[in-house]
Amino acid sequence: MEEQRYVVFLFPSVSYALKAEKILKAAGIVHKLIPVPRHISSDCGVCLRITEAKEQDVAGALRGKVAWDKVVLL
Amino acid sequence: MPLERSKNSTIYFDNAATSWPKPAAMIAAMIAYNEQIGGSPGRSGHHRSLDAGRIILETREALAELCGCGNSLRIAFTKNATEALNIALSGVLNPGDHVIASAMEHNSVMRPLRYLEAQGVQISVVPCSGAGSLDPEDVRRVIGPRTRLLVVTHASNVTGTIQPLTALGKIARDYGILFCVDAAQTAGALPINVDEMAIDLLAFTGHKSLCGPQGTGGLYVRKGLEKQLRPLMTGGTGSRSEFEEQPDFMPDKYESGTPNTIGLAGLGAGARFVLAEGVEAIRGKEEGLTARFLAGLAALPGVTVYGPPDAASRTAVVSFNIAGVAPSAAALGLDERFGILCRPGLHCAPAAHRTMGTFPQGTIRFGFGYFNKDEEITLALEAIGSLAGDGAPH
Ligand SMILES: Cc1ncc(COP(=O)(O)O)c(C=O)c1O
Repeated sequence: MEEQRYVVFLFPSVSYALKAEKILKAAGIVHKLIPVPRHISSDCGVCLRITEAKEQDVAGALRGKVAWDKVVLL
Repeated sequence: MPLERSKNSTIYFDNAATSWPKPAAMIAAMIAYNEQIGGSPGRSGHHRSLDAGRIILETREALAELCGCGNSLRIAFTKNATEALNIALSGVLNPGDHVIASAMEHNSVMRPLRYLEAQGVQISVVPCSGAGSLDPEDVRRVIGPRTRLLVVTHASNVTGTIQPLTALGKIARDYGILFCVDAAQTAGALPINVDEMAIDLLAFTGHKSLCGPQGTGGLYVRKGLEKQLRPLMTGGTGSRSEFEEQPDFMPDKYESGTPNTIGLAGLGAGARFVLAEGVEAIRGKEEGLTARFLAGLAALPGVTVYGPPDAASRTAVVSFNIAGVAPSAAALGLDERFGILCRPGLHCAPAAHRTMGTFPQGTIRFGFGYFNKDEEITLALEAIGSLAGDGAPH
């Protein structure tokens, strides 16, 4: 079985991540807030993890509403 | 004889200073934060920290809805309107810049401006009518090549006079000047729309008509303006911790240090109360109370009322004087004899009192709120009538 692949959306700060979370909740897109993995950034904040397949959906839902810094494959 | 004060009855007419009572939901939200959450928002990432962050986000969203700003992250929280105004004024003005203010400003605008004046900022204070109203054409006349900012209070805390923000904002936009509004008296009491009014910087306080606790307030900053707006303080924000330089994005740039999460929990509940009741409904109720009071005062001999004659041109604030009675003595009599709480004096706004001709003795100020009742106005009018009778020459 192929392993599920994830990407994370990284934000300027937790305020942005929580706003994104609210938007995804409202849009019914499955997601999880996780601490930013150490190998990606030394920032102590949180990021949004979603399945790789959902990346475009998430970007579409967030665009124009909340800015993100980058998307990284886990 | 009007009813003298009964033991437990207090009539709270000092809502222009701070509103009371507060909605039950506001108090419940503050207790719930302390009992059930307690984490530091934006700091640790555990679920209680995230819950604290979610509370602050919901407060931001409610405020954004109330000021018509599409993106809640454009609002930075502060401890009050004063801090927000200090960020706005000292953040954009540089020596050599020219700034225009109205003659109805509160000292939370005037004092930062006088402080900046000593550092080389040039100030024009535009006179207002005796009722406190600013004519946009008078503003246009003092605009010069170095004019950087127009700062105006949405409504005076002394007379309640509502300024023509849409016309003022249009002039500022036309001349490429930044427009800063002090909404301490109006956020939650009057409709505000930062886009329609062309507002670049909007300072509000949480503890008045937004029905929140003291120690809360904030600043809306138009998109992109944060790049030119210096912070008042720098420090830990929870974000970009690997860098020793202050973040340059909203709202973190202006939110250094652990925030007042418990206060913001209360402010969120207060703002949602305002949204649920509706600003228009709140305004309607307060305007009705004000109209009733103005009509009653007009019938009392020896009473002088300041500001616009009608309730529609002012917030629920009325300044007046009783012939032969000093404002401080009147306020003491109202409190001790009738249990009526108000504020006498200059109300931190000497410029406004100069405009009305009531400097330095000041006025008696009544500030009504959504929870006041018609009967309280009736009792207050009887009490004022009684004091006016005492003050009249025999
Ligand atoms: C017009 C006006 N501006 C600014 C302020 C300052 O608000 P705060 O004391 O909450 O900073 C007040 C009230 O005190 C006010 O009435």
